[in-house]
Amino acid sequence: MLRWLLKRVGQILPTLLILSVLIFALQQLMPGDPAVILAGEERGDAQVLAEIRAELMLDRPVWQQYLAWLGRVLVGDFGFSWRIRMPVAQLILEKLPVTLQLGLMAFVIAVIIGVPAGVISAVWRDKPADWAANGLALAGISMPNFWLGIMMILLFSVQLGWLPPSGYVSLAEDWRQSLATTIMPAFVLGTGIAGVLMRHTRAAMLSALSQDYVRTARAKGVAPAWVILRHALRNALIPVVTLGTIELGRLLAGAVLTEQIFTIPGFGKLIVDAVFNRDYPVVQGVVLATALIFVLLSLLADLLYMAINPRLRTS
Amino acid sequence: MKTKLTVAAVALGAGLLSVAAQAQAQALRVGLREDADILDPTLARTYVGRIVFASLCDKLFDIDDKLAIVPQLATGYTWEDPKTLRIALRPNVVFHDGEKMDAEAVRYSLNRHLTMQGSFRRGEINTMDSIEVVDPLTVRVRLKVPSAPFLSQLTDRAGMIVSPKAAEAAGKDFGQKPVCAGPFRFVERVAQDRIVVERFPEYWDAAHIHLNRITYLPIPDSSVRLANLQSGALDIVEIAPSDLSTVSGNNRVRIVQRDDLGYQSIAYNLGNGPRADTPFGRDPRIREAFELAIDRDALNQVVFEGLMTPTAQPIPPASPFHDAATKPAARDLARAQALLKEAGVTLPMTVEMTVPTNPELRQAAEVIQAMVKEAGFDLKIVAQEFASSLQAAQRGEFQTYMIAWSGRPDPDGNTWAFLHSRGAQNDGKAADPEVDRLLDAAREENDPARRLALYAQVWPIALGKNRMRMFLWHRKIIVAHNARLQGFTLLPDGIIRPQSLRLN
Repeated sequence: MLRWLLKRVGQILPTLLILSVLIFALQQLMPGDPAVILAGEERGDAQVLAEIRAELMLDRPVWQQYLAWLGRVLVGDFGFSWRIRMPVAQLILEKLPVTLQLGLMAFVIAVIIGVPAGVISAVWRDKPADWAANGLALAGISMPNFWLGIMMILLFSVQLGWLPPSGYVSLAEDWRQSLATTIMPAFVLGTGIAGVLMRHTRAAMLSALSQDYVRTARAKGVAPAWVILRHALRNALIPVVTLGTIELGRLLAGAVLTEQIFTIPGFGKLIVDAVFNRDYPVVQGVVLATALIFVLLSLLADLLYMAINPRLRTS
Repeated sequence: MKTKLTVAAVALGAGLLSVAAQAQAQALRVGLREDADILDPTLARTYVGRIVFASLCDKLFDIDDKLAIVPQLATGYTWEDPKTLRIALRPNVVFHDGEKMDAEAVRYSLNRHLTMQGSFRRGEINTMDSIEVVDPLTVRVRLKVPSAPFLSQLTDRAGMIVSPKAAEAAGKDFGQKPVCAGPFRFVERVAQDRIVVERFPEYWDAAHIHLNRITYLPIPDSSVRLANLQSGALDIVEIAPSDLSTVSGNNRVRIVQRDDLGYQSIAYNLGNGPRADTPFGRDPRIREAFELAIDRDALNQVVFEGLMTPTAQPIPPASPFHDAATKPAARDLARAQALLKEAGVTLPMTVEMTVPTNPELRQAAEVIQAMVKEAGFDLKIVAQEFASSLQAAQRGEFQTYMIAWSGRPDPDGNTWAFLHSRGAQNDGKAADPEVDRLLDAAREENDPARRLALYAQVWPIALGKNRMRMFLWHRKIIVAHNARLQGFTLLPDGIIRPQSLRLN
């Protein structure tokens, strides 16, 4: 067990290392000289451009830039944003709670809507309830986030005045305001995932409901609700949980469009702005942090599987 | 007795509450179209950054409604000779850290702008040779050559004076906590979320400051900015022309608009690499035909509902250097076709136009495409992300390029870099010795009338004879604010200045 864990952790480092090489290499393919972009309208002064290139090591070969960056990252220094001169580590720490909160809220909304809807449509297969749930799921999946976002802002903020149209207040500052600023984007994100969860829950439930143990339970006279929740759903949830973990990971990588519309200062917005401004240290830092989150989540999932299924512990 | 005390207590409480409410009420929320870059006047370069600086950092001079130079931290200036400028400073001004703003601080700041590594101000004031302290409230600036635009540079970031003590202590990190002599001092910044400043009680012109706090919120989407204004979450925002109709009927929102100092233009590649070596790049008659096929008024009506100001020159109408005689030519297809025939080209003639990805520009490019087609041009639109298009332009990887300029108060800032053969933003490498001579002379000429005459000689050669660049329209700055906000005036640079603003 311990050896397995060590091996698993040992795999993380090479993964991140390969990834960091990839990020660096891909960045070189992006058109646009960062010094010129940093300069913007003030790009006229060749001497200033040369100074910027020298300071940011842009005048050195890529491998030198990479090694210098890697050397600093290994001692915990992610460098600073070229655009606003703030430490990248500070930016990541600032944005992480925001993305975490938004992602978790969206996930909870997705589960609350998606799983019951899936169960209902499986139990009442080919009945009006099934059709309604399917229609809702389809709408959730196919409605573009930015459209739904703008419509919600117009309805709940401009027309009704119930919710702030954009921006973010942290939980520590004022939890009520914090929920008010995040509920709309979380809903927009959540509905998309709810549709996917609903479809998967429905399929898994249909297969579970046709199993022998369900028939046996029914024959034994177990209450119908108990059969559905205790016997069928519990088994049906395994693929749903797998899917949910993947979706959660994607949420934590930042929701680019939704964050842009609601002006939520999370990972998605950070990385998009950094790419457009060719703010390489921020791109590198955020991608690395996101990758680390993904790897840790998958490690956690493996540990959970082992806790649930003892057979996995010996292999 | 007891009742009296209660009444007094209630009255006092109510009074305190109303004072607190008043303080709360004087908190302005400004929506910006993007997050500002570093808040160090020496290293900063974005337009939105200038809006934040308007509350943080006062400048030696400012501009007024007619683009005239007016004193701010200075009280006046005299030219001792064409290369020596004497600036008198305002007494009793302190920085946010309590340090004195004096001649030594001005000398320090201007030298910092000129010599700091990576300074974006150097290009603006590199005609400065040296600066010396005459007495605690006077400095003398010596220039290498006479320079008419020099003074106007001191109305923007190059004229911002920083606290030498704070700047020395912070070095390159000064922008994380800027210390200047503006009406507001820095409180906090959360990247991509907000920049907060609070009233500086010791400000030299405190009588004109009524707000207690300003929060700048970057919101990139124009419609979302507008929704924030309509719902009351923001007090003042800049909006896109396409959103104007949404708010024009709203009586809780006020709209202020005026021409900006810049322009939208089409740059031609005339001498930058092999892409310039085409009939279009070689023969000004073909470019004239291209321009004659474009109807700027119709373009303005179709794409911008008539909001922009069509133009044929880089100097905006608000400037005293605007040449009224240089007007856009009327569309003349017959003449355009005749010119193409005279040039002996086979039709249709393919021309490529690089357009930065932006919905409105793209639409304008498509209208131009349809217009020039009637004259015999097959215009191919190459949409490119802005950052990439800039680099492509510098490398000469373009034939024509739709590029805008935000504009400067002095005419030199709108012309020299674009039309002079050594101009840093002359991406197409257009060159004419006579244009160079006239632009250099205008740069050194301090007499406004003679300067205007020099510029009036540039246009017939650079734009008429040589067709070095086509100027399409001056853009409109549209600011929307809620009706509670009083005292707002929009100056030609579009910067929101906190002076005189008040929330009712």
